[in-house]
Amino acid sequence: MTLSLTLVIVMAVLFACGIYLMLERSLTRVVLGFLLVGNAANLLIILMAGAQGIAPIVEDPAADADQYTDPLPQALLLTAIVITFAVSAFMLALIYRSWRLANADDLDDDADDLALRTGAQVVPVEETAPDEATTEFLPDPLDPTEAVPGTEVAERTERGETR
Amino acid sequence: MIVVLAVLALASVLVPFLARYMGGRVFFVASAVALGGFIHTLALSPAVLTSVADAPVERLSWIPQLQLTLDLRMDALSWLLTLIVTGIGALVLLYCGTYFRPTDPTVGRFAAVLLAFVGAMYGLVVADDVYLLFVMWEATSVFSYLLIGHYTSRRASRGAALEALITTTVGGLVMLVGLVILAVQAGSSSIPVILAETPSGALTTTAIFLVLVGALSKSAIVPLHFWLPGAMAAPTPVSAYLHAAAMVKAGVFLVLRLAPAFADVPGWRLALVALGVATMVLGGWAALRQTDLKLLLAYGTVSQLGFLVVISGYGTRDTALAAAALLLAHALFKSGLFLIVGIIDVEAGTRDLRALTGLGRRMPVVAGIAALLLASMAGVPPLFGFVAKEAVLHGLLVAAAPADGAGDPVALAALIGVVLGSTLTVAYALRFFWGAFRTKPGVTALADDVRARPSMTVASAVLATASLALGPLAALAHRGLREVAALAPARPRAYEYELALWHGVGLELGLSILTIAGGVGMFLARTRVERLQARLSTGVDASDAYWRTMSGVDRIANRVTTLTQRGSLPFYLAVILSVFVLGTGAALVFTDTWPTDVRLWDTPAQVAVGAVMIGAAIAATRAEKRFAALIVVGVTGFGMTAIFAMGGAPDLAITQALVEIVTLIAFILVLRRLPARLGDRHGSTHKLLRAIIGISVGVVMALVALVASASRTAEPISAAWPALSRVIGHGANVVNVALVDLRAWDTMGELAVVIAAATGVASLLFLRGRTDSLPRVPRAELERTVRDRLARDARGSQRSAWILAGLTLDPRNRSILLEVVVRLTFHAVIVLSLYLLFAGHNLPGGGFAGGLVAGLALVARYLAGGRYELGAAAPFSAGALLGAGILIATGYALAPLFVGAEVMTSTYFEGQLWLLGDVEFVTSTIFDIGVYLVVVGLVLDVLRSLGAEVDRQGRGGQALTVGGDASAPLGASEGAR
Repeated sequence: MTLSLTLVIVMAVLFACGIYLMLERSLTRVVLGFLLVGNAANLLIILMAGAQGIAPIVEDPAADADQYTDPLPQALLLTAIVITFAVSAFMLALIYRSWRLANADDLDDDADDLALRTGAQVVPVEETAPDEATTEFLPDPLDPTEAVPGTEVAERTERGETR
Repeated sequence: MIVVLAVLALASVLVPFLARYMGGRVFFVASAVALGGFIHTLALSPAVLTSVADAPVERLSWIPQLQLTLDLRMDALSWLLTLIVTGIGALVLLYCGTYFRPTDPTVGRFAAVLLAFVGAMYGLVVADDVYLLFVMWEATSVFSYLLIGHYTSRRASRGAALEALITTTVGGLVMLVGLVILAVQAGSSSIPVILAETPSGALTTTAIFLVLVGALSKSAIVPLHFWLPGAMAAPTPVSAYLHAAAMVKAGVFLVLRLAPAFADVPGWRLALVALGVATMVLGGWAALRQTDLKLLLAYGTVSQLGFLVVISGYGTRDTALAAAALLLAHALFKSGLFLIVGIIDVEAGTRDLRALTGLGRRMPVVAGIAALLLASMAGVPPLFGFVAKEAVLHGLLVAAAPADGAGDPVALAALIGVVLGSTLTVAYALRFFWGAFRTKPGVTALADDVRARPSMTVASAVLATASLALGPLAALAHRGLREVAALAPARPRAYEYELALWHGVGLELGLSILTIAGGVGMFLARTRVERLQARLSTGVDASDAYWRTMSGVDRIANRVTTLTQRGSLPFYLAVILSVFVLGTGAALVFTDTWPTDVRLWDTPAQVAVGAVMIGAAIAATRAEKRFAALIVVGVTGFGMTAIFAMGGAPDLAITQALVEIVTLIAFILVLRRLPARLGDRHGSTHKLLRAIIGISVGVVMALVALVASASRTAEPISAAWPALSRVIGHGANVVNVALVDLRAWDTMGELAVVIAAATGVASLLFLRGRTDSLPRVPRAELERTVRDRLARDARGSQRSAWILAGLTLDPRNRSILLEVVVRLTFHAVIVLSLYLLFAGHNLPGGGFAGGLVAGLALVARYLAGGRYELGAAAPFSAGALLGAGILIATGYALAPLFVGAEVMTSTYFEGQLWLLGDVEFVTSTIFDIGVYLVVVGLVLDVLRSLGAEVDRQGRGGQALTVGGDASAPLGASEGAR
């Protein structure tokens, strides 16, 4: 299978530049890097088609299949191109959203993760040991209108304990 | 039996709906359902009690692929448990009807879960297959979680529910491992087969002990007992049912089930007796310390469960009989006592025995019932508890000191432990009665209206009556329970015991009297006992250990998270890419698949294009301005177009060029809102490191390309495509035929991705609901506006608005020439897009290219005339386009199924059509139409969101002057956001 060294080099450069941009903190550069990496990946796929031939428009089914450029990578690429567009449109919407909300298109470090690491934030533990209530008919804390049954008795319990 | 399971499941589903109309009375319906199960079981009694071999069996294939079947079998042990589960279930549900306020909105849910629990418990005890048993076992855990956590707003309730769930399910999972080993060893998952095979060896011993972990965790045996006192956060009827009669008995049931076959497994008896005695004594000791009546009962239950495990695990006929009797006796008296506690809590508002006084006088009937139940618990004749305890003592005595031969020291230890535990039982039974009903000096009297409602006492009265009646009628009980004992192997010289109230004067009676006397003594000396308890208190608490473990797990999870989750996207990317470079690089070092046929270029022009692309890519990394960076990135895209065009891929070239244009415009639409300079706040940092990672990835990818091309030695699948596309797809353009026919599934997946992305874009921009239609100005209103304006200009002619931009755009932003040209060419471009769509099957083009061209026509309209112009050009929502597209595509995919063909089979029509002459039509074109619509929808969604919606948000408070009155802004409501 033949391979064009020129295209391999172009692909490598596009990958390198794309990755360089994607490691930035500016969201716009990340998306641009994403586009470059997308193009590079597409180049890789078309490279796998091997020797280039004529366009696969077949007039005679009996003609030699080798004369055409391999249609399989082409079909894959066609979908890849449109998906790249759809995904970059989504990333653009993210940039815009980020700009509207924070007036910045930066990738800041996740505040929650940082807080967790520095110990500024403690994960709340939902479970607590059962309490010492001696009746089931406690007032419902979520229902302020509910009457409080057994309040008197509860008070008596208190007094009984202190005695 | 399957009928009972089905009815219980159905009833549990229907009960919440009934509760909407019936309120608390729904419990009576639920109770009737459980009672039905009880009667059904009674009806089976003759079949169950005649012979072990003829136990009723029902089989229903459930998941044949996993060899899972609903095998149900009702032998004597299952029968006993089923009677307890359904009978006490019916009584507790009846009691619930008086326990909850009828208006309580949660009664529907509670009744449903409780009924579902009855069903799961029923399934557990009649399961004839270890896997079915396990499923039901875990189902009871889950329902018990829901029941314990019934008061969802209370932290304590949720915590206790989780504690019980985790403890019992962890135990259950350990048990599953054991059950799997047993099933594999016996070659069958059927319980009777496993018991009959009785595999042995080290593996079996391990398996049996794993199963015991599950059983003991469910039955709250030390050291896994702590969840049961915690579970007292449940509503009291739940405790009466789950924590006295049903769920906690599951472990004892399993021990009883396995004991006949496995009691001789090394360590079985010793472990069960040791743990059981420890549980019995510690539980009884703790019960004496409690001031909350419910907790007193809970620790009492722990103690009694220890008692049950000791006797169930011993494995002789006599002990099996005693265990069955004790199981029944305990279910009767302990659930009755919990119901009594419920009555006290409802009426007096507390369960604290230090606050209760004089209740015996207030509610004499309740006190009387409680006295009977407590007497049964303490083993006082003539109650059934006494009969059961006599049987236990006898069973252990016979094993410890048989008439001839050597006795078993383990049995002797068990006997001593049981006597000690029973003494404590008598003491805490007295403490309960004293605490609940006696008048205590110095305690404030309860309110005058504290009286017991007769309706509430029904259930506990039935249980007390049963406890009382079964004493004198012990022969009747024996008739039912002897078949349980018959499951255990008959031993030589074993004395066949018979349950009876009076066995004459013997050692058993002496021990009974000893325990009662000791218990009364301990109660009378209770102040001294309390002092001793205070001195012995170590402060070690199994529940504390559980909570400490849980928070430890949380802390470790926290630490692991902070270790890996740094919160920085570039950091994550760098790690991922470094791993990729190192891993793939290492693999590349060891490969020897290198290509032999590498040429410098395919055509010399490639070098020129390549050079431009490389230059553009490097420029992109150095660009300081957003637009400059965008343009150079675009250059690489157009370079791709050139490479495709030169390489025999016209479809790709067309699509790439169109996509590149739309991408550029979409970028510009967003970037116009952002500052021109890049990286204002974050300058480029770590340049060298990033460059190293980038270049490494590039080099590795280049090597990957070389190796991959050399690895491609097999004949590609696509070699047959040119012929196939003519014969099957009836199209000349192989790429298009591949997309809509040969590999249409790929395209289907792609459409899904495109729709998801388009919807994502819209949802990021349209925050307040997807108001899908673009702003449209009613035609009539527009024309009136124009006429008015023209009239104001005193021209007086009749003209209509042809281009909306004149009314909606600032004159400085307009280009009339552009507007007119775009408007004139719009329809022509749409026609071109349709041509591309339909010609694509045989010539370069297709749904993707056509859709993009149509999208570009819309883009042009928007750019020239603004968002109102776009609304006029596309008077439908993008969502509708996307939906219609995917509908057509899926419709096309599924339609062949209706004529018996495979999914996505295409057909070919050819014929004469008037005026058009020879016409060919391939049905896969329909699929391409779907693709076309989805792509148009995507472009329209991007325009609406990043174009029109950004316009609207960007305008802020600025008013738009559309409509008759220039001073009444149409966009006022929008601007207010």
